[in-house]
Amino acid sequence: MRQEERRPAPRGGPLLSMRGIQKDFPGVRALDGVSLSVAHGRIHALMGENGAGKSTLMKVLSGVHPTGSYTGEVLVDGEPCTFSGVADSERAGIAIIHQELALIPQLSISENIFLGHERARYGVVDWGATHARARELLDRVGLDANPSTPVSALSVGARQLVEIAKALAKRVRLLILDEPTSALNEAESTRLLELLLDLRDQGVTCILISHKLGEVVRVCDEITILRDGRAIETLSVERDADGTPSIDEDRIIRGMVGRELDQRHPPRTGEIGGVRFEVRDWTVDHPDGSGRRAVDGADLTLRAGEVVGMAGLMGAGRTEFAMSLFGRSYGRYVRGTLLKDGAEAATGSVAEAIRSGIAYVPEDRKSLGLVLDDDIRHNTTMAALDRVSSRGVLNPGLEAVEASRMSERMRVRSQGTTQLVRTLSGGNQQKVVLGKWMFTRPELLILDEPTRGIDVGAKYEIYLIVRRLAAEGACVLLISSELPEILGMCDRIYTMCEGRITGEVPGEGADQETLMRLMTRTGGHP
Amino acid sequence: MKEPGTTSRLARIGGTLMGGNSRQYGMAIALVAIIVLFQMLTGGLLLTPLNVTNLIMQNSYILILAIGMMLVIVTGHIDLSVGSVVAFTGAVSAIMLTSWGLPTVVVVPVALLLGALIGAWQGFWVAYVRVPAFIVTLAGMLIFRGATLAVLGGESVAPLPQALRDIASGFLPGRGGEGLHLPTLLLGALGAAALVWIQWGTRSRSRGYGLPVAPAPVTAATSAVTVMAILAFTYVLADYNGLPVVGLLLVALIAGYSFVMRSTTMGRRVYAVGGSEQAAALSGIRTQRTTFWVFVNMGVLSGLAGIVFTARLNAATPGAGTMFELDAIAAAFIGGASASGGVGTVVGAVIGALVMGVLNNGMSLIGLGVDWQQLIKGLVLLLAVAFDIYNKRRVATRPAASAASRPDKGGEGAGGGSPHPAGKERANR
Repeated sequence: MRQEERRPAPRGGPLLSMRGIQKDFPGVRALDGVSLSVAHGRIHALMGENGAGKSTLMKVLSGVHPTGSYTGEVLVDGEPCTFSGVADSERAGIAIIHQELALIPQLSISENIFLGHERARYGVVDWGATHARARELLDRVGLDANPSTPVSALSVGARQLVEIAKALAKRVRLLILDEPTSALNEAESTRLLELLLDLRDQGVTCILISHKLGEVVRVCDEITILRDGRAIETLSVERDADGTPSIDEDRIIRGMVGRELDQRHPPRTGEIGGVRFEVRDWTVDHPDGSGRRAVDGADLTLRAGEVVGMAGLMGAGRTEFAMSLFGRSYGRYVRGTLLKDGAEAATGSVAEAIRSGIAYVPEDRKSLGLVLDDDIRHNTTMAALDRVSSRGVLNPGLEAVEASRMSERMRVRSQGTTQLVRTLSGGNQQKVVLGKWMFTRPELLILDEPTRGIDVGAKYEIYLIVRRLAAEGACVLLISSELPEILGMCDRIYTMCEGRITGEVPGEGADQETLMRLMTRTGGHP
Repeated sequence: MKEPGTTSRLARIGGTLMGGNSRQYGMAIALVAIIVLFQMLTGGLLLTPLNVTNLIMQNSYILILAIGMMLVIVTGHIDLSVGSVVAFTGAVSAIMLTSWGLPTVVVVPVALLLGALIGAWQGFWVAYVRVPAFIVTLAGMLIFRGATLAVLGGESVAPLPQALRDIASGFLPGRGGEGLHLPTLLLGALGAAALVWIQWGTRSRSRGYGLPVAPAPVTAATSAVTVMAILAFTYVLADYNGLPVVGLLLVALIAGYSFVMRSTTMGRRVYAVGGSEQAAALSGIRTQRTTFWVFVNMGVLSGLAGIVFTARLNAATPGAGTMFELDAIAAAFIGGASASGGVGTVVGAVIGALVMGVLNNGMSLIGLGVDWQQLIKGLVLLLAVAFDIYNKRRVATRPAASAASRPDKGGEGAGGGSPHPAGKERANR
């Protein structure tokens, strides 16, 4: 414990090298021969679209995916490492700070910092030493708080600092931060980035996963770009005398989205009609009572037969917007109206929203979209029971027929509609969710990341269903983090950042660079 | 190689007959096995007309509670207070009957209303304040036991009017001297006819929708078994005093609740809330209200069980209903409910309660003490649930394996048969 401040002097080789890492999940190759080299005392950014493999790579590094579950090698200071769990990687001086913070809210700052390696003698905690040491660490991360404060009383930004202090207490040499600023406001973000620079000067090497181009260019020394499970390139950022970086944001965007668009999306068939739905000044607060805005004055219009895209990075407020519009299922409604054919439509509860013709296909289909231990039939009719019942009494025959008809229409591959949805593949589960909402005969279908975690075959079928629905005259709002999907499917695209609509571009002629620029545009309207 | 195929097909047919729940199907078989076992061990005493009648009367209040408990467990909650609520509603009823001199026809609805209010009280905390049901009903267990002691002043109230006692120990009228009880046989025949009518009606309606149905001989065999079982059962009852009043009440409750849970949107919503509260809420189901009413329902049934138990005992005692909650919970779980919610049937709960009841009764008949009875009941509960979990895990791994081996499924992963250039995606990487 006493040697905490002493660090091995930087040697010639890199602190970390990962070589040829390959990691497969059932049906998906998440990492395909990724190599990454991080030098001592640098801030190394890891960038890429959602699903590019950043988090998986960091899970390999931190031992969440143990040695043996992937191929390739991990070397720290030139020594090959075999991590069978997070404890092993921590012993090697690697600490990861996740997006979802891993603090225990009921415990104090000190208790959290020393959780698992308490300052104790014969099992009795030495509170004096604990608080004193915690105080030191808090000073180091610049957090002015009493170490005995429970973590639940701290803001998200302060909790992040406690996490870093906790990592420092473990003599961290390599600190990994996964989207550390996504839940922070401007001032908190700046403070955190300053801290990273300080720590770097004290010899703590850092890997920063971030979607925010501005902050990456500001603090990072190297940038590795991942795409489709491969390391595309590593860029070196030099800064001249007045701190202007040698790399600009456009250069990074090109690397991130470099893939060519090919024929992975079916062509549009129907005609676009007039405006059917109009959202005005939709404003929602986060449910945590902090008063932070989740959605800030969003205005948008949706036309009959039109597929409208909503692009944005993680935490931009797209899901929050969609769920709030859908019967105020998220956060605290502040203000805003939904007009349907010019008249105000009721959205006060989910039942009202469904009656107003809205359907929401959630991002997390397993917990929000389906009852996994029930069969396809019951899941299909769940949101529109009145279509298969009269005066509250179900008609099982009609239900069976309607469910199998919908199942066929959605091309669900199953042994029949009495198969439990838990036993279906991800793509087929998603088709059941789609079928469930199609069964409500929606006029506005909101799809939230409808193809996440789905293989390419099922993806194409889902695109076909969306196209057909639009051709039948419904409005579709497609929320996606995959820009090729947005560009391939949408007639018009809104971009969101930090709860605000930051741009609106026609789908025709739009490109990924433009969208990425709008999606990362912070600080107000264009 | 052929054997597993046959057994799994049998299990599937059985599963379909029982509403697709393997534990319930297994327990139905286990119930028959237990009955046969004790019938042999007791030298035929178990199924004598007198004992069958006793079985119904002894287990009536647990059966009533088990039905309500099944609903609570299906929504993913638990109710530990039912034993105390039974005692409290029984005590209040007894006071109203004796001290206040109110007639039974007034007291019974008041007791049910009291049960409903207690259920509403607990449902409010569980559904709207979101206090875990375990805590709310543990508190309820103490509160209503205390209230019972307060109402009774620590003493038993007895005897009670005949009109009340008839609810638990009366029989349908119509017995004229010796011979079989004709109204019971008539009711049995009517019930059997109704069930056969429902079976064939469902079949023909399914056919009308173009759905696959079991071959006519299979349905006929099912009907024959149903008819024989009901007729045998009513014959045994008719040989003694006929159908007990409480037996008729049970038949009505089982039929009514089965219908509500299987065939109404209300029942479907209860399953949906228990299966995934979030998914249910995002499907427009008012999940809090559903939970609230499930607890109100449990309260009403607890009140009913309170009346039946007090009537059977012909007394309201401070210690009435102790451990009833555990019997009801055990019955629900033995009968196929899932501790995580969303799964369970009324018929299952009834089978579970009967398994416990027959074990109790059979073991008493062969002279096993309460010590052994408790021990064996505990083991049955544990093994029933463990067997089911083991079974489910085995089933859960099977579909994946069989799907992979089927050629038409093989195309899905790589997108081989789909009309899009999946190969290109791969080449692009």
